[in-house]
This record gives sequence, C-alpha cells and structure tokens, in this order.
Amino acid sequence: MNRKRRIEAAVFRGLMLASLVLITGSLAALLWSVVSRGIRALSWSMVSQIPGGGFYLGKGGGILNAILGSVYISLGSVVLGLGISIPVVLYLNAYQTKRTWLAGGVRMTFDVLFGIPSIVYGAFGFTIMVALGLRTSLLAGIVTVTLMIIPILARAMDEVVRLAPPELSDATYSLGATRWETAKVLLKQSRAGVLTAVLLAFGRAIGDAATVLFTAGYTDSLPGSLREPAATLPLAIFFQLSSPLQAVQDRAYAAAVILTIIVLAISLGSKYVKQRL
Amino acid sequence: MRTWKDRLIGNLFGLLTLATVLIVVLIGAGLWWKSVPILRDQSIGHLLFSTEWKPFSGHFGFLSYIVGSILVTAIAVGIALPVSLLAAIYLSEFADARFKNIVTPLIDLLSGIPPIIYGVWGVLTLVPATGYSALTGGIVLAVMIFPLLISILLDVFRTVPQGLRDASLSLGANDWETARKVLLKRSAPGILAATILAVSRALGETIAVLMVCGNVAALPHSVFDPVYPLPALIANNYGDMMSIPLYDSALMLSALVLFGLIFVFNALSRVVLHRLERRQF
Repeated sequence: MNRKRRIEAAVFRGLMLASLVLITGSLAALLWSVVSRGIRALSWSMVSQIPGGGFYLGKGGGILNAILGSVYISLGSVVLGLGISIPVVLYLNAYQTKRTWLAGGVRMTFDVLFGIPSIVYGAFGFTIMVALGLRTSLLAGIVTVTLMIIPILARAMDEVVRLAPPELSDATYSLGATRWETAKVLLKQSRAGVLTAVLLAFGRAIGDAATVLFTAGYTDSLPGSLREPAATLPLAIFFQLSSPLQAVQDRAYAAAVILTIIVLAISLGSKYVKQRL
Repeated sequence: MRTWKDRLIGNLFGLLTLATVLIVVLIGAGLWWKSVPILRDQSIGHLLFSTEWKPFSGHFGFLSYIVGSILVTAIAVGIALPVSLLAAIYLSEFADARFKNIVTPLIDLLSGIPPIIYGVWGVLTLVPATGYSALTGGIVLAVMIFPLLISILLDVFRTVPQGLRDASLSLGANDWETARKVLLKRSAPGILAATILAVSRALGETIAVLMVCGNVAALPHSVFDPVYPLPALIANNYGDMMSIPLYDSALMLSALVLFGLIFVFNALSRVVLHRLERRQF
C-alpha cells in the first residue's frame, strides 16, 4: 500500500518535470527554429533600406519602412495610452480610496478588456474609421492600438501604485497635502512601475498584427504624416511569407528574427527594471 | 485655491476613468451597429447553423467557422491544461527558490513573444509534420496559452492557506497526495476560471491560427483536416468585404459574437478569481 503511494507520487513528480521540460523546450524550439532559419537572409540592407522596385519579386531593398512604422505606432500609442491611463490609475489610488466598489468595478473592466482579442479591437477600430470617413493611416493604427494597450498599462501601473506603503500617503496628508499632491507623490514613488508597464505595452503593441491589419494599412514608403498609411513588422512578415518566391519568404524569416530580437530586448529590459524596483 | 485645483483634477480624472470604462460599451455598440443590417436580412439561427458560405450570392452560414474555432480551441486547451497544471503544481509546491528563479523568467519570455512569431514557428516546424490543420493550430495555441494558464494557476494556488497543506502532511499524506487532495480540490473554482480564460484567449487568437490552420471553410472530419476559425475569417477578408453587400456586416457580426462570448467568459472568470483572492487568509 505504502509502496503504491510512493510510486504514484514519483510518477507524478516525473510528469510535472516533463511538463516543465515541454514548456521550456517549446520556447527553445521556437527561438531556435525562427532564428536559425532567418539569420541566413538577415542583412544590413534589410534593416537600413525601404523596399526597392521589385522587392516582392526578390530584388533589392529592405523593411526599414515596416520597422519604423511599427516603432511609430507603438511609441505613439504608448504615449497616448500613458496620457489616459496615468490619470485613471491616480484617480483609482488617490481619489477613490473609500468608495471601493467603483475602483473595483473599474479594475474588473480593465481585466475584462485585457482579455478581448486584438482582432475585435481591429474590427472596432475599422468601424470607427469608416464612420469618421478616415482611411487606413498611422493615426487610425495608433488610436486602435492605444485602445488595446490601455488595460495593460492601467493594470500594470495600478499593481505597483497599490504596493506603495500606506504610510506614504498618510504622511503627505498629515502635512496638509491635497489628494492631487498626494497623487503626484504616489506617481513619483512608482516610476519604475510606470517604466515596466511602458515596456510591457510597447512589446505587446509592436508584435500585434490583428489590430493594425485593418487600420494602419500597408505601404512601401515611410509614413510622412499621421494621415498616411504605415507598414508594420508583423504584417511585413505575414505578407512576405505568403509569397511563392523563396527569396521573399527568406526575408519574412529574417524579418521575424528582427521582431524577435526587438521583443526579447524589451522583455529582458522590463525584467531588469522589475528587479531594481 | 489648492483645494479647488484638487477638486478640478479629481473630476477630470474621474471623467477620464469613466470614458475608459465606456470603451467596453462602445466596442459592443459599434459592432452591434454594423451587425444590424445582416440580422435584419437573415435569422440568427440560420446564420449560426448553416454551412453555406457564399458571400457573392448572399449566403453567410457560419457553422464551419464556428466548428473550426471550437475544434482548435478544444485541442489547444486539451493539451495546455494538463501540462500547465502539472507545471504550476511543481512550481508552487515542489520547486525551491533557485529553480523557480530559472524557470519563471523563461515562461515570462514565452508570454512576450508575438503571435506572428508563433505562426512562423508553426509554419517552419509543425506544418511539415502535421500539415495545415486543426491539430497544428491547436498545438501552436497550446504553447501560446501556457504562460497565461500557469500565471493564473500560480495565483490561485497562492490563495490556498498553508495551514491546510500542513494539516494534510501531518496526517501522513505525502506531498503529491497533499497536492492532489488538498490543493487541487481547494482550487477547483480557480482552475475552472483559469481554463475559461484560456479558452477565450484561444478563441480570439488570430494571426497565428490564420497561418497554420489551412483556412478551408468546410466541416472537418478529423483533427488532421484544415479548419477556418472565426478570427481568421475576419482577418482574411477585410480587403474585399466592402464591395459585396452585407459582407462587412456578416464579418462584423462574427466579431460581435467573439466579443460577446469572450466578454462573458472573462467577466465570469474574473469574478471567481477576485472572490478567491478576497477569501485569502
């Protein structure tokens, strides 16, 4: 009887370790397959040039347009998103400390919004765009991605601001500070948290394809203004991969390596910031 | 003057908060508004349970897409749930701090990888073995939802009081028996909530499934058949949907269906998870 129990425990311990090996192994397999396949086609011209004539037939050029387009959209939406979510987080933590049902409801809403798939944001953004008579553009892309990352930013910052010791706000209030002045102190205290949230949202924004598919459009040139369409990295990968030409497919894999490197750098950066929190 | 400023800023911030909360309502209303034309034209039952998809002649039967979505999601959660449960139990109950410090960052890394990269990986390594099929989509999705499941399960396990574990161990149960009979039983509602969240993540994922599922609108007979999940349908047809009558409305209806389903799933799971957290002692 005892032996049977011990064997069962050992078997499941083995299964647990196997599961962890499977999970970390898939990460390794994923990174290895993408990088080893893409690195061959990766070249300086890929990251330094925009597509030349006949680029999609395998002729010269690069995907600088997509790299910059993605960076513009992600930066723009993170800045816009911060402008909206920082006040919300401060409101929840400095102004709504007593009526917790409201704060709870808002947090719950963000949790739900966080789970809404990006294709739904994309479809919704497209609907607004058509209703306003806009075309696919950098601006439409930024607005849609902003909607998607607001819950990420708000929840990530909220977690950190909530961790601020209550003595801190008690101290400011006892010095006669108003709620707004206390909010400013809270924000200062949570700088590292804001940075982590920014990196998290930026990583999510730069890698997402479904939100920008309908809204940002695609172009071979660099976007000159907010009203022009912009290419993005995920879509550059997607479109080139569907080409029948080997040379163009190779570039898709190279573009995937570029995106992976950017995202990994952001991921490691946020880990570093979190450790110093 | 200072209190005046304080109140003004408070009201402004309050309005902004309200506005962000209204995003949910706006999304629902916007998609509903675009879906109304097709709902006027055809009954919802016919749209959901017909397999005939011929946009040019006005037939929009979603059944193949719905079945495709369900099949891919079922495969993904079927793979991911047991694996993530075992991994989370180990991380929560068995692993020492050093082991956790090595493995958790790797799982975080996995959660940061963009869907399109998962898709590329699927095309490169899975498609040659399993073809463009529901199975391939399910495997890719399973790996995508590992991090989500594990992080929620770890949160859920944290709400189980240490005293219960100690009691079980002191009665002579070994650590696996304690995990199975105390931890899993006590966390059952949380595990269910986590599973529902994973289901909704898998249902809504677009680009990765679009790249590996094959996108054939027919009822699949086995997991090796290609399928065409709903999100892939929306993503694939944005280009020509404006030129065919009711096509855009049909696609927005499928976005609305996804939104509604996932909204309900998420809201339910979050309520359960919040309750659990408050029960913590």
